[in-house]
Amino acid sequence: MNPLRAIGAGLIALLRSAGAVALFAGQTLAALVRPPYFAGQLAQQIFKIGFLSLPVVGLTALFTGAALALNIYTGGSRFNAESFVPNIVAMGIVRELGPVIASLMLAGRVSSGIAAEIGAMRATEQIDALHTLATDPMRYLIAPRVLAGVLVLPVLVATADIIGIYGGFLVSVHTLDFNPTIYVRNTWDFLSDWDIISGLIKAAVFGFILTLMGCYHGFYAQGGAQGVGRAATNAVVAAAVLIFAANFLLTSLFV
Amino acid sequence: MTERVKIAWKNVTVGFDGRKPVLNGLNLEAYEGRSLVVIGGSGTGKSVTLKTALGLIRPQKGCVEIDGKPVRPGHEDDPGVAQIGMLFQSGALFDSLPIWKNVAFRLLHAEHISEDEARTRALEALDQVDLDAHVADQRPGSLSGGMLKRAALARAIVARPKILFFDEPTTGLDPVTADVINKLIVRQVKNLGATAVSITHDMVSMHHIADDVAMVKDGQILWRGSLDGVDSCANDEVCRFVRGESSED
Repeated sequence: MNPLRAIGAGLIALLRSAGAVALFAGQTLAALVRPPYFAGQLAQQIFKIGFLSLPVVGLTALFTGAALALNIYTGGSRFNAESFVPNIVAMGIVRELGPVIASLMLAGRVSSGIAAEIGAMRATEQIDALHTLATDPMRYLIAPRVLAGVLVLPVLVATADIIGIYGGFLVSVHTLDFNPTIYVRNTWDFLSDWDIISGLIKAAVFGFILTLMGCYHGFYAQGGAQGVGRAATNAVVAAAVLIFAANFLLTSLFV
Repeated sequence: MTERVKIAWKNVTVGFDGRKPVLNGLNLEAYEGRSLVVIGGSGTGKSVTLKTALGLIRPQKGCVEIDGKPVRPGHEDDPGVAQIGMLFQSGALFDSLPIWKNVAFRLLHAEHISEDEARTRALEALDQVDLDAHVADQRPGSLSGGMLKRAALARAIVARPKILFFDEPTTGLDPVTADVINKLIVRQVKNLGATAVSITHDMVSMHHIADDVAMVKDGQILWRGSLDGVDSCANDEVCRFVRGESSED
């Protein structure tokens, strides 16, 4: 095959996918603002995406904070800057690692789960059934999941921030001989309101991305069980890539 | 025919991804209060015919009309959405909901009837398809194939629709259960005075539930007539299909 033709075909396919995702996002936003609203579905999704993700997000944040403290201590000791461990751990967790790590974990847990669930509904004609029951699938299935993601991610990330900083605190105090009172005071004094708010804004955007990717790939799944598996994989990959891209854009805006 | 046309497929053409059209200028009418069964081999466009009437697939050319108004999926004034009931081949019940909420789904979410009244009507519908009340609180995963079909039929009739669609209603069922489903379909269509459109490969089922029969081939209607005429029709291909004979000697 002509290489130029292959590149062109790939580019067209990419643009077509981007257009389809943008259209789907627009339909989702329209479904979010137009009644009827399915409060029961929203509550169920908040529980599934939020509450049930707490253990995985908490454990990940704890170990990330602990490892970050060790790395900063090792690097800082080369410049006699070990005392900055609390400050850099706090800033790194709140502005960057908390939102990104929590969202990536949720991309693995939630995006794939949503894609598999909705993909299976597509394969077994349950989405067609919704149409025939005079119920818009965008409002019943998609809008509650995406809204739950946007609402829940900031709460999960705030939790991850606290646990991550605590992980750094544990290692610093018990392994690196930091004074606990000074560690807490340095952390508290160093963080600004904007550090925290910018991290939570990122979380809401990442929540939108990871739930939207799960819904999109599930909604357009084709080909039975194999198609459902492919949808789940594609949802995770697309969510992860878009989270990194959005993180760069938002960080550029927030610095 | 002097009957009123309830559903009309007018020059409907549907194709996918630039391939040969699945429906190629299909014209067909379903008359009010009668049961039309669409037959034909695999891949001839039967399911697509049904889905165009449901608004699940949009024709590239032509249109489907219900009561003389074009089907407009997603629009508030879509003539179909308020008056249809559909029995899917797989049942398509929602795994996450108990049976009674599946049956009452339309009442709860589209007609906004109270939960108590919706449950009462769901239990009535389950009774009409000869399912015991104890099934109401079970999940679809715990039911047999025949019970699933009955529950799905209860969901299709609970809102007293004017039009009923049946997609391969007896596929995957043993002959006795298939006979039960056929009789239930005939009873419910009669009780509701509804117009019914079914697609099936099952010629026994066709003989049970049809008033009229249409055969689809290559995306067009090959033959159309009453049930009485189907066995004696002059079209050799239709006769062979009904008898289950291949064209090879």
